[in-house]
Amino acid sequence: MATLEIDALEVRIGAAGLKVLEDVTLRVEPGEVLGIVGESGSGKSMLALAIMELLPGVARYAGGTLRWDGEDMIAAGPDAWRKRRGRDLAMIFQEPMTALNPVHRVGRQVEEVLVRRRGMSRDAARREAQALFQRVEIPRAAAMLDAYPHEMSGGMRQRVMIAMALATHARLLIADEPTTALDVTVQSQILGLLRDLRRDTGMSMLFITHDLGVIAEMADRVAVLYAGRVAETAPVREIFDSARHPYTRALLSAIPKTSGPRERLASIPGSVPALDAFPTGCRFAPRCAMRRDACDARAPRLRDATAGHAVACIEPFGYVSDEDGP
Amino acid sequence: MSRLVEIEGLTKIFERRGSLFFGGGRATRAVDGVDLTIAKGETLGLVGESGSGKSTTGRLVLRLIEPTAGTIRFEGEDIGRMSRAALRAARQRMQIVFQDPYGSLNPRMTVADILAEALTIHGEGSPAERKRRAAETLDLVRLPASALDRYPHEFSGGQRQRIGIARALMLRPSFIVCDEVVSALDVSVQAQIINLLQDLQRELGLTYLFISHNLAVVRHVSTRIAVMYFGRIVEIGAADALFAAPAHPYTRDLLAALPAEHPDMRGAHRPPPGDSFAPRTEGGCRFAARCRYAEPRCGAIEPKLETLPDGREVACFRAIDNSLPAAGERA
Repeated sequence: MATLEIDALEVRIGAAGLKVLEDVTLRVEPGEVLGIVGESGSGKSMLALAIMELLPGVARYAGGTLRWDGEDMIAAGPDAWRKRRGRDLAMIFQEPMTALNPVHRVGRQVEEVLVRRRGMSRDAARREAQALFQRVEIPRAAAMLDAYPHEMSGGMRQRVMIAMALATHARLLIADEPTTALDVTVQSQILGLLRDLRRDTGMSMLFITHDLGVIAEMADRVAVLYAGRVAETAPVREIFDSARHPYTRALLSAIPKTSGPRERLASIPGSVPALDAFPTGCRFAPRCAMRRDACDARAPRLRDATAGHAVACIEPFGYVSDEDGP
Repeated sequence: MSRLVEIEGLTKIFERRGSLFFGGGRATRAVDGVDLTIAKGETLGLVGESGSGKSTTGRLVLRLIEPTAGTIRFEGEDIGRMSRAALRAARQRMQIVFQDPYGSLNPRMTVADILAEALTIHGEGSPAERKRRAAETLDLVRLPASALDRYPHEFSGGQRQRIGIARALMLRPSFIVCDEVVSALDVSVQAQIINLLQDLQRELGLTYLFISHNLAVVRHVSTRIAVMYFGRIVEIGAADALFAAPAHPYTRDLLAALPAEHPDMRGAHRPPPGDSFAPRTEGGCRFAARCRYAEPRCGAIEPKLETLPDGREVACFRAIDNSLPAAGERA
């Protein structure tokens, strides 16, 4: 059974009921890292909040289902969510400072989780917190338990957040741009750490990022989000080698490379539409080089192109074998 | 190629409060003895992580903040010794574009006013002339003249950055400091702005100092790249050569830390320990505490930039001795 199964999820926002997420279908299998890639306005962060039932006041579930181990969470309601959040779900953010209490020492914040969630004694919690700090490779772990969040670097704070996620024995870690604010060397350390933890604990991850490099480092499967809809979902290698949606292809070719000849970048005209200006048809159509009249009629639904590779495009790129290529 | 900007011994010291875990109370030498030359028409990329001093360097070069020491020559003239009037005149030729197109455009002013402001300050042209220049400049950044009467909030992030670039172009500068200009933009829009900056460079003969933490973007746009670490340049060289075979151990770590471009290359390098908050050795090479190749001399004496046979400059004893192991296959 999938750890998390989202089917045709719709989230609306404000009095006008603007669809910030529409027809989002995803699943996360046990031990799997699902990468969610999208630009600003794609709805990727709203998706994370929807999964945690932490939608802001102006947003609401407006359709579809969200199942945890088969349990329909939207139907089950807030109490069921609260249990899940304490037990099965953990989340780390781009800026850990917003999730850490600035007036408490970081060690105590981790101990608090251990005492409340796992019923540990204070002493046991202290020892476990130190072990967790070592696990997440915080140098001078014993001393750093007594640090306040502002005394730590961004990378160290993110390690504290990861220690907290481990403290709860969460089965799904939702990571929303966890390395975006970090220096590249620190990002590389944190991604390496998360890969190790995933290997050792079998924790599933929903890894949300705008950075396809981070996706390449982390994801088993990828869902590409554009303007609140899933454009394409596929195993990570297929996304990089044989993407079918014109948006995915355009995104891949818009990134400057770190080796090889430096050619003029293929840019995508225009920008991601604002929430109140989503086109009625395919949301990428106004920027799409392959656009045809039929694209404006209705938003194409996600359908399987091959097993495990689904695309929301009326005429996606066909599979091009790379076997004979260079 | 003629030198447009020549920087020697540039230094900026900030006072800093102490911290329980990272020591302190001392003054921070944010920029510490930087020498750089920028040739006319080139793009010099300046990369570094937080605390490297790259943004401070950008501001010092334009004398937006006053250096503690060092000289900056622009078109042969020492801007540190210029009178206010002369500096004002020089500033027309040297401009800056910032990261945040939201924060750097006055929300209460129309695009026409934002663009004309610089001309007004410098007392150039009649109001009609200024408006005409504003429309021309908008055309340069591929925005329609209809944008003139609108306000910044009516534009997308990429369009706002175009307005930011147009504002910098109004005084017809020869030199532009681009400080993280694409960092706040989505990938699809980032490519548009990078292409625009390259087109403008060609059309107008501009020289750029391109500051960014994004190494792939810097490689893409730069003729040469300078790598900063804790206020000093540790390596400087032609963009392709530096990426193909980084000489300084820090440059190697930085490039090795870049995320993979394909899932088959994931986790290719075990990340090096430490971060830019790591303790530093006093007196010696600033990177020595993090460097896997450090020797006793590295902790004792600070290496100076020296030229390698391929023309690249590197501040590392072992790189100069040619005693470092070959860089990793991806680096």
